[in-house]
Amino acid sequence: MKYVAAVGLEVHVQLKTRSKMFCACPVEFGAEPNTHTCPVCLGLPGALPVMNHEALRMTVLTGLMLGCDIAPICKFDRKNYFYPDMPKNYQISQYDMPLCTNGSVSLHDLAYPKDAQKNIVTPDKEVHLVRIHLEEDVAKSFHFENSTGIDFNRAGTPLMEIVTQPEINSPEEAFAFLTSLKQILIYGGVSDAEMEKGQLRCDCNISVRPEKQAGLGVKIEIKNMNSISGVRRALAYEIQRQISALETGEKLEQETRGWDDAAGETFLMRTKEFAHDYRYFPDPDLVPVTTEVLLADVRSRVPELPKAKRARFVQQYQVSAYDAGVLANDLVLARYFEAAAKGAKKPKNVANWILNDLQNALSGAGKTISDCPIPPEALDELVNLIDSGKISGKQGKEVFAEMFATGKRAAAIVKEKGIKQLSDLSAIEALCDEVISANPKAAADFKAGNVAPLNFLKGQVMKLSKGKANPQLAGEILERKLKS
Amino acid sequence: MARDSDLDVAYVARLARLNLTKAETELFQKQLGDVLKYVEKLRELNVSGVEAAAHGVPIFNVFREDAPRDWFTAEEALSNAPRQTDGLFIVPKVVE
Ligand SMILES: [Zn+2]
Repeated sequence: MKYVAAVGLEVHVQLKTRSKMFCACPVEFGAEPNTHTCPVCLGLPGALPVMNHEALRMTVLTGLMLGCDIAPICKFDRKNYFYPDMPKNYQISQYDMPLCTNGSVSLHDLAYPKDAQKNIVTPDKEVHLVRIHLEEDVAKSFHFENSTGIDFNRAGTPLMEIVTQPEINSPEEAFAFLTSLKQILIYGGVSDAEMEKGQLRCDCNISVRPEKQAGLGVKIEIKNMNSISGVRRALAYEIQRQISALETGEKLEQETRGWDDAAGETFLMRTKEFAHDYRYFPDPDLVPVTTEVLLADVRSRVPELPKAKRARFVQQYQVSAYDAGVLANDLVLARYFEAAAKGAKKPKNVANWILNDLQNALSGAGKTISDCPIPPEALDELVNLIDSGKISGKQGKEVFAEMFATGKRAAAIVKEKGIKQLSDLSAIEALCDEVISANPKAAADFKAGNVAPLNFLKGQVMKLSKGKANPQLAGEILERKLKS
Repeated sequence: MARDSDLDVAYVARLARLNLTKAETELFQKQLGDVLKYVEKLRELNVSGVEAAAHGVPIFNVFREDAPRDWFTAEEALSNAPRQTDGLFIVPKVVE
C-alpha cells in the first residue's frame, strides 16, 4: 500500500529586539548566567509586565512579509503549567486572538537540500500558515546528573510562533520551508534565525495515512528540533517508523516524541494521557492591542523579498535564474553583488566571479562573504579591467588571487607586476604571421574549410605571447589572414 | 446553574500539583461549587447589547519602547535561591 505523510510545523523564532518582551532586561546571547534579570522575568510577586512595542511591530512586519491577515485587535493570555523554566507558573502567550492569521511561504527550488533539487515533487509549492503569535521565551535549563540548573537570561525574551497547515509532505519540503522562512526573517531584519544559537526552533506534527484515506492519520509530535538538517533526518526516520507500524497492523496513538540526533531515532516522551491542559485565560495584567498603528509603522519596512529580488536580478542584470537564486539566497551576498554590479559593464560577469572564484576563495580561506577581503567595488574594477581587454581572463585570475591575499586593488597590482594584455595590433599580427608559417598544415586545413584548426592556431599565438595577447583579437586577426 | 461536572476539584488539584486528601477534595468541591453558583448570578444580567471583551476597561496599547536597562546582578537574582551553582538556580532534576 502507498502511504502519504502530512507534516505541520510550529516554528519558534527569537526576535532581534534589544530588550525582553515584558521587561527592559537586555537580550544578549551567551551572557553570564542570570545577569539579565529583574522582578518581571524572575516572576517575583507584584511585578507587572509591559509590552515591548518593537516586538509587536516585528511580528506584524513578519505577518506582512508572509501575506498574513493582521488581526485588528489581539490580546495576551496566560498558558498555565508547572516547570522550573517559567517561574510565574504561566507563560504569557496568545491563545484565541493572535496577531496574524493565514499567509504562506513559497518553497523555492534552491531552498531544497542540494541532493534533492533535481527531483522536486511540487515546484513553487506554497505552504499555508495557520497563524503567527507572540509570546515570551522560557529560561534555559541545564540538566546535570542529579539536578537541573536554570539560567533566566532567556526567560521573557520575545518569541514569535509560526504555525503551518499540515501541508508539508516530505522531509525535503520541511527543509525547504525552514530555509525559505529563515531567508525571509533575515531579509526583514526580525531575527538572525540561527538555529545553532536557538534563534529558530521547531516542533513537527507528523501523521501518516494510506494514500486513499480521506482525513489525516494520527498526529504524533516531535519536539524541540534545533537544526534544519536535523528536522529533515528526524522526519525521514519518523515517517518511515509510522509507515512500518501501520504496515504491521500496529495502531498508532497520539503522543509526543523527542529526536536523538546522535542515535538517528525518535523516542517516546509522553503519551496522550499525560497531555498538557494549559487552562488558558486572558492575562489581566496586559491590555489588548489594536494593530492599526503598528501596521502604519511597519508598512514602509517591508523589504524586497527573496522572490522579487531573484526576478529583478534576472531582469536588471541579465544573470541566469539559477545564479539569481544563489545570490538572493544570502542577503549579504545579494548586497555584495549589487554593490559590485552597479558600475559593471557586464554585471553577469561580476556574478560569475562572485559565484565561482570568490566563493571558492572564501570557502578555501574559511571566510564568509561578511568578512570578504575584497570590497565589492574592487571586484567590479577587476572585472572591468578584463571586460575592457586591458588584461586577459587568465591574468585576471592571477590578479584576483593577489587581491584576495593582500587586499590591494586590481589597478595597483597590474601596475606593480607589469601585467597587461597585448592589444597592440601590429604586435599581434606579427605573432600570427609567425604561427601561420610555423604551422602550414593547420593553416591549409582551415583554408580547406575545416574550422577546428583555428582554435589550435589561436592557442599557439597565446603561448607565444606568454598569455598576454588579447585572445579575441588574436582570433580575429588569424581568421582575417587565413581567409585572405 | 453551575453543574458539579463544571468543576472537578481532583483534576484541577492534579493540574495545580496539589496533593489533597479525600476529605479535602470533597470539602473544596462543595466550597468552590458554592463560589461558582454565586458567580452564576452574572448570567441573570441582560448583556445582549454589550460587546464581548477580555478586559473590563477600554484601554489599549500600553507599550514601552525597546530600550534595555540592567536591573539585578547575578548575586541579587540568586539571593533567594535555596541552591545555586556557578550562577545557576539549582532545582531538583527535571526531565522533559
Ligand atoms: Zn527582566
